[in-house]
Amino acid sequence: MNGPVNGPLLVVDGLDVTFQVGGERVHAVRDVSFTLDRGECLAIVGESGSGKSVTARTLIGLTGGRSTVRARRLSFDGTDLTTLTEARWRAVRGRHIGLVLQDALVSLDPLRTVGAEVAEPLRVHRLAARDEVAGRVRDTLADVGVPDPARRARQYPHQLSGGLRQRALIASAVAAGPRLLLADEPTTALDVTVQAQVLDLLRRLRQEGLALLLISHDLAVVAGIADRIAVMYGGLIVEGGPAAQVLRDPRHPYTQALLAAVPTLRTRRSRLAVPVPRQPGAGPGGCPYAARCLLADERCRTELPPPAEADPGHSVLCWHPAPTPDQSDQSGPAGPSDQFGPAGPAGSAGPAGSAGAAGAAGAAVLTVAKPPPLAHVPTGSLPTANVPTAGARGEVLLDVDGLSKRFRGPGGAWQHAVDDVSFQLRAGETLGVVGESGSGKTTVARIVLGLLTPDAGTVRFAGAPWNGDGVLERDRRPHRRRIQAVQQDPLSSFDPRYTVERIVGEAVAGTHRRGGRRARRDRVAVLLDQVGLGANLLGRRPRDLSGGQRQRVAIARALAPEPALLVCDEPVSALDVSIQAQILDLLADLQRDLGVAMLFISHDLAVIHQVGDRLLVMRDGRVVESGELGRVFAQPAHPYTRELLAAVPRPAGSTTRAMAR
Amino acid sequence: MLRAVGRRLARAGAVVFGAATLAFAALQLLPGDPVAVMLGPATSASPQVREQIRVDFGFDEPVPVRYLHYLGDLVTGDLGRSYQLQQPVTTLIEEQLWPTVQLVAASVTLAVVIAVVSAVVTAGRRSALRAVVTLAELVALSTPQFWLGIVLLTVFSFRLNLFPVAGAQDLTALVLPAVTLALPVAGVLAQVLREGIETALEQPFVVAARARGRSRIGVRLRHAVRHAAAPLLTLTGWVTGSLLGGAVLVETVFGRPGLGSLLLQAVSSRDMPVVLGVVLLTATVVAVVFILVDLVQLALDPRLRTAAAL
Repeated sequence: MNGPVNGPLLVVDGLDVTFQVGGERVHAVRDVSFTLDRGECLAIVGESGSGKSVTARTLIGLTGGRSTVRARRLSFDGTDLTTLTEARWRAVRGRHIGLVLQDALVSLDPLRTVGAEVAEPLRVHRLAARDEVAGRVRDTLADVGVPDPARRARQYPHQLSGGLRQRALIASAVAAGPRLLLADEPTTALDVTVQAQVLDLLRRLRQEGLALLLISHDLAVVAGIADRIAVMYGGLIVEGGPAAQVLRDPRHPYTQALLAAVPTLRTRRSRLAVPVPRQPGAGPGGCPYAARCLLADERCRTELPPPAEADPGHSVLCWHPAPTPDQSDQSGPAGPSDQFGPAGPAGSAGPAGSAGAAGAAGAAVLTVAKPPPLAHVPTGSLPTANVPTAGARGEVLLDVDGLSKRFRGPGGAWQHAVDDVSFQLRAGETLGVVGESGSGKTTVARIVLGLLTPDAGTVRFAGAPWNGDGVLERDRRPHRRRIQAVQQDPLSSFDPRYTVERIVGEAVAGTHRRGGRRARRDRVAVLLDQVGLGANLLGRRPRDLSGGQRQRVAIARALAPEPALLVCDEPVSALDVSIQAQILDLLADLQRDLGVAMLFISHDLAVIHQVGDRLLVMRDGRVVESGELGRVFAQPAHPYTRELLAAVPRPAGSTTRAMAR
Repeated sequence: MLRAVGRRLARAGAVVFGAATLAFAALQLLPGDPVAVMLGPATSASPQVREQIRVDFGFDEPVPVRYLHYLGDLVTGDLGRSYQLQQPVTTLIEEQLWPTVQLVAASVTLAVVIAVVSAVVTAGRRSALRAVVTLAELVALSTPQFWLGIVLLTVFSFRLNLFPVAGAQDLTALVLPAVTLALPVAGVLAQVLREGIETALEQPFVVAARARGRSRIGVRLRHAVRHAAAPLLTLTGWVTGSLLGGAVLVETVFGRPGLGSLLLQAVSSRDMPVVLGVVLLTATVVAVVFILVDLVQLALDPRLRTAAAL
């Protein structure tokens, strides 16, 4: 490149990207403008399909053959990116601009050693002599915090833990010393504590002068690292400004919805998702968010609002931006008390109150968690915190006693996946199981589902032996319908050729043997309605559904045989925060209406906090802590629980640590 | 690694032993007098000669004893004698082995080169070239080999006089048979390889590699081809069978010496010891090929190197 030039490192002005899909033109990015300075971090936040990833790909020239990229200006360090040929793009990629993707397990070539991948930019750009490459690779790996880099470089991606793998992926993106790093959901597939470590690494690289464009669906993740935040929806930047301002005074209804969707340690048993009104969508010229916006009127549907400055440097694209905070304090009758009242003593209000230092920051979060315009949302049917405790007095549904299971590890040695785990689950209650990958929580789920026989210990279900101690599948099968599962990735648990009607209908057929096709179809429609899906989806196939719709279909299928227990294994981990919020709300509603008990497994404490009654913390196959949710959150006894609590990302990061103490 | 090879060799040994036993059993089940089988259909030997053969070949002994003798001979590398040709079977096979090895090796190399070039160049593109290449592959894989051989002979040998019509005297004589044997295999391999490359090109690591500055072709050669090789290797069984079966046809059409010709001749004259010998050799070759494929797969994909696989 042309050496240091005055002005910002990266200038994007009026970026438009369209894709040719079939005979249609899809406008993925519309009139996007931003700048990025050296050592600065801009976060682009939005849900899947918002155009955030496409924007990042544009900056590295990898939008694909069917795209058209136009911009008034697209310059990096004085170089005009719009006129680059493929050969000149190759000279930029990896050398001056690096890219980090989500999920290093598939973003690093699984057939090549970690070292070969990290060496790739050095080799491609001929930055190191043949005999220097290995040393440079070791240095880069050490620099991103990979211990024992020489050994790790010889290993393959699948032999590394998720955190080390992601560090190696980052190393491969920064090995050639780029000045700009594009990080597209770099922490999304990771456990919470590992996510915190990777964010720390990115923060450090930034302090060393690397400019960072961070793409995420989660405002809480970017809160602790971004200098500025741009919120994208429907290809547009709908709100942008300094991170603190956007998080504290979100002006656009979509930003507010995104913030509200973050399950924090305060939102327990309150609704996360903003209800989506049934209303017509926007016309071609209108605001893309109009279809989901509670404030949308006729003008929103036909005319795109002009960019306006809410504060200096804080822009918003909305006909009805939220008023400034001063005004909202007066006009917001449903303020903090509405948000925290229901949580009651079992909730997290206690610890928040006890952490006096967090008071000020906590107040900021209040405004954020329930911004003024949303306070007017009718909340009549919202579940309150005290409802589920009634269920806790039900009879014992699931009795797990002294469960152990060993597997052969990669080295051939036996390892305990589950080691002497005992717990009880009462009818209508939700037991949250939290732990990181490898903690044994999924093994517990599979034993409870009767898919795996334990080496020791027993499971009793509804008073009868269910698993272990010589229980035969033959005896279990008639009762199998009473325990159903919801998995992380419904796409791979559906037959891709089945329609929604057949997927759910298959589960209905098992229980409603009598009654014809028509009765079955009606039952499927009722189930879909229960999970908030319309009958118009009956003929769709899994691939044509969005992630949230798929998970709803999976829940409908699980509910079809009217189970007494739902085993949910990371049911929201693969979803965007805003969709995750809807699914969590749905599960809470269903539990209240149907009284089904849930074994809810997640690596994310905040998610479990949202739905759980009691909590089981697992580590290395053992239960390290268990108890009433409120008690565990208020007085975590085990250091590991405290570590997990501290790692929960928050829109206002400081309060978490205060609460964890 | 040594242990992995050892375990696979033991398994291959079991396969060859099974094949030998089945072949022996099949021979016992053949209807008629074993001496008549030995002599073949066209011979008219006197009863004295027949009795001599019976004693020489041990047909007067009980079946289990003969089986043990047979196994003992196999272990010492003795495949018996062809009475019709009056030569040990091992000698016959040795004489015919080399031309066939040449033919098969040339065909495999040619098929792999054609497949890799056509797949790497055309994978993931929507171009006229791709359509033409795909069509050519379809034609190649569905053309009967004997017909293809005759057409090539007519055009390149009789008309253009570029290659010899028959024999195995030098390398020019190898060209047409190798092409005939390779083309159908190349057609299938190219299709499978292209499919594999296209699947691999959709993986996120391809975007990551390109973001590090790799060129399109570089990503294909350095990353995608290795991923595409796995489905290809599963076809090895089919390829081996196709080549060995094809060799019989091709060697006949082009008048080449080789195992195929030997086998054809032995089958038509019911020279059972020779047939048995070729069958056992084929079984051994297949078993060895599978060991190699297994080891190549382990070398290609580190994720397969689990405790159970090694």
